[in-house]
Amino acid sequence: MTAYETVVGLEVHAQLKTRSKIFCSCSTVFGARPNTQVCPVCLGLPGVLPVLNERAVRFAVMTGLAVGSGIAERSVFARKNYFYPDLPKGYQISQYDRPLCSGGGVDIHVEGVWKRIGLVRIHIEEDAGKSIHPEGRAGVTTTLVDLNRAGVPLIEIVSEPEIRSGAEAYDYLMRLKQILMYLDVCDGNMEEGSLRCDANVSVRKAGAKELGTKTEVKNMNSFRNVERAIAYEAERQIGILESGGRVVQETLLWNADQGTAAPMRSKEEAHDYRYFPEPDLLPLDLEPRWIDTVRKELPELPHQVRERLTRDLGIPEYDAEVLTETRALASYYEETAGRAGNGKLASNWIMTEVNGIRNKKGQTIEEFPIRPDRLGALVKMVAEDRISGKIGKQVFEMMLTRPEGPEELVKAQGLLPIDDESALRALAREVIAANPGPVAEVRAGKERTFAFLVGQAMKQSRGRAHPEKLQDALRKELQAS
Amino acid sequence: MSPEAPAPDTAESIGRLVQGRERTAVEIARTYLERADRSAARLGTYLHRDAARTLAEAADVDARIANGETVGPLAGVPVALKDNLCTRGVPTTCGSKILEGYRPPYDAHVVERLRRAGAVVTGKTNCDEFAMGSSTENSAYLPTKNPWDLTRVPGGSSGGSAATVAALEAAVSLGSDTGGSVRQPAAFCGVYGLKPTYGAVSRYGLVAFASSLDQIGPIGRTARDTALLYNAICGRDERDMTSRAEAKPVALDDLERGVKGMKLGIPRDLIAEGVDPEVLASLERVAKTLAAEGAEILDVTLPHARYSIATYYLIAPAEASSNLARYDGVRYGFRAKSEDLQSMYAATRGQGFGREVRRRILLGTYALSAGYYDAYYLRAMKVRTLIRKDFADALGRADAVLLPTTPTPPFRLGEKVDDPLAMYLNDVFSIPASLAGAPALSFPAGMTRANLPIGMQLVGRPFEEGTLLRIARTWERTESALRVPPIAAEGNA
Repeated sequence: MTAYETVVGLEVHAQLKTRSKIFCSCSTVFGARPNTQVCPVCLGLPGVLPVLNERAVRFAVMTGLAVGSGIAERSVFARKNYFYPDLPKGYQISQYDRPLCSGGGVDIHVEGVWKRIGLVRIHIEEDAGKSIHPEGRAGVTTTLVDLNRAGVPLIEIVSEPEIRSGAEAYDYLMRLKQILMYLDVCDGNMEEGSLRCDANVSVRKAGAKELGTKTEVKNMNSFRNVERAIAYEAERQIGILESGGRVVQETLLWNADQGTAAPMRSKEEAHDYRYFPEPDLLPLDLEPRWIDTVRKELPELPHQVRERLTRDLGIPEYDAEVLTETRALASYYEETAGRAGNGKLASNWIMTEVNGIRNKKGQTIEEFPIRPDRLGALVKMVAEDRISGKIGKQVFEMMLTRPEGPEELVKAQGLLPIDDESALRALAREVIAANPGPVAEVRAGKERTFAFLVGQAMKQSRGRAHPEKLQDALRKELQAS
Repeated sequence: MSPEAPAPDTAESIGRLVQGRERTAVEIARTYLERADRSAARLGTYLHRDAARTLAEAADVDARIANGETVGPLAGVPVALKDNLCTRGVPTTCGSKILEGYRPPYDAHVVERLRRAGAVVTGKTNCDEFAMGSSTENSAYLPTKNPWDLTRVPGGSSGGSAATVAALEAAVSLGSDTGGSVRQPAAFCGVYGLKPTYGAVSRYGLVAFASSLDQIGPIGRTARDTALLYNAICGRDERDMTSRAEAKPVALDDLERGVKGMKLGIPRDLIAEGVDPEVLASLERVAKTLAAEGAEILDVTLPHARYSIATYYLIAPAEASSNLARYDGVRYGFRAKSEDLQSMYAATRGQGFGREVRRRILLGTYALSAGYYDAYYLRAMKVRTLIRKDFADALGRADAVLLPTTPTPPFRLGEKVDDPLAMYLNDVFSIPASLAGAPALSFPAGMTRANLPIGMQLVGRPFEEGTLLRIARTWERTESALRVPPIAAEGNA
């Protein structure tokens, strides 16, 4: 069988986190009662005109700058014309041949290799409303329309066809979302529709130069489903080619329950959008100085935080990846490490203990009950050898449900380590007295039994005895007695 | 000549009298309502009138004045609104079946401004459906007739707005002008009609036909009234991103300063053919009079203006095809009963729109289609740039361009209704200024031997509406008393 290469380009729609819609002052808050966040403008009533939300432009420019796009000093809005009940004006205001951002790329990391996925463009557009098809009522064919979402600002981010697998698509989406969230321009919530993705998929024989015929796969509601849908569609196309057939250019709808994709009715996709420049909006002219200001005000981006953490706190790249998943987690880590005075140990605690609990309970780092000041104090005690890692974990468990700091808990619970020589010698004497048999064996030269005596002593101290000092004390007492 | 009626009240004098408490707004409103009661039905000037509402508005103006509130220069002035201007709670149909019964939930920007200035709305005037037409015969409801000759058209699309002012049913009115829809009916009805510079007046609340061309414009019986109404509506509005702060009110005193030293350019190449001799004679008379007043008359050329109609009939229908997509029967207005969504769309739009509107939607849809866009829409936009440059060149040499508003006096009802091309050609002199975005004014320039009005047109530099009004005012001062059509004179006799 011939080897095939999968070729994927992604179109991501990200909802910008502005308070008001892109062309009117209606609220964008999700979940309001249907058709309550509307006005003549977003309802597309006769006679209304759009007024551009400058914050939406700023957010789009921030995104472009963050991924290295060129920002057009002049971009042009265009109308995309089509009929649909949830599109009140009969056209969507978008950008066409002169988008706001061109070029740039997103670095992905799959199977240990870094690779840049180039971007074609990023443009601004308005969202349509939502059509709701009530289910479960037999014979009812009514469709309901909610226009709360109509006019919510979106950016469409179009990648080059440089993605080669579902796994790469998944990583691309994760990293794109991460960038958007670091910029705080999108809340990244796929369930609420604030991040959506369509995939253009084709396959070609390994080494071939020309692209194969592509299909567009829509309706994926999670990153995992994007990954699955791409894998499914690539397999399907390979199957067609292998059996001597030809791939038909069409739009497919992904069905997550069945794990398959089926073609849309051709009527629904036979669109000529008749784009033309939007006469109600002037071309969008941006001053180079303003663009520079936005550039200077960009927050730190994921890769910058990763580099800083590996450089300044001496943690491995892998740790930095995990700890920069969100801006909040990175901040949590930085504060913990600062308090603890030990970057690597702080990293270990967060990656294992904190993330372990969070994953189990589905908590965000913001919801996690131990704040970094308390966790840092705990890690510091371990780092300074004031308590053992084992005791530290006991304290950590307690801190999950109690407000006290680690110092107080250690004291109150009598968990302070026993490292005082006389106390350890007394403990050793007790153990020697209680175990005459093993003591005789040790004296006869059986070193392995010494470990048994250490264990007994440790047990009696409830784990608090300082391990090396305890061994010293035992040896001294064995010689003395 | 028709029998002379007593000099009609101008908006200017009404405003002065009402502000000075010499007359009440209610008295004025009654006078105008009575006149409209006599003639409006015969002329077909209105699609919607509500005497009680008009009187209530007038009473409100009187109350504001009684309260010591400063009401603007339009205090108590009866103003008619073209039916494509949104009025809160008042039917706004654009002369179309598809918007039958539609009542907007908001007032257009210009309507807000007029209310603030103390104007009183007489009603919503008839127009060609969605402002597409040059005779008001494309109204889905009724045709409007020319007050000077009821067998002739009043022009269009703002035929109702021009006719109602000519017939003294309103002191002034607002129309909208996309390719001549204020100027041409003003010319046909013997009144003033100004198409302001594109961007001078907010389009918020004007139901869109062709967004890059549409402008709301004032219609009045005198140059000063026209200026007064323009002043009330011009300027930047945050709700229209194409509206401009450069648009400033015109100082009325400046209109009296004459034309001494001004240069007027006549584009003789454009008006060489197909122009009625009486219209040409009127042009020469105006030029001669203004020369006698001290203006210099010179020739200018507008080399690309002859492509105006072709250019216009690509750009305007293209934009219209998109602007009119919202009338789909889903949310408001007319909806045809149908089995499924696609056939509901088709039936609603097929039955709700008239022939001319459907024709232009088809034209525009075609011009924007994949594969045709570059050859049609894009090329038209390039020609438009050349036409704009023609005007910039001409207006670099002259302070204004002078040409007829229309090639002929008003034509007969039904004469061109089945010949869209002949109808389109009627706009040959008004469309160039629309494409250029330049301000243009049609003013009454005498009557034909058959006692039909003739309109002349002035086109100026961006935001120099004042210059045009000043030139027209100079001509107006040399004319005899204001002319009143027979139908308006009847009631006063």
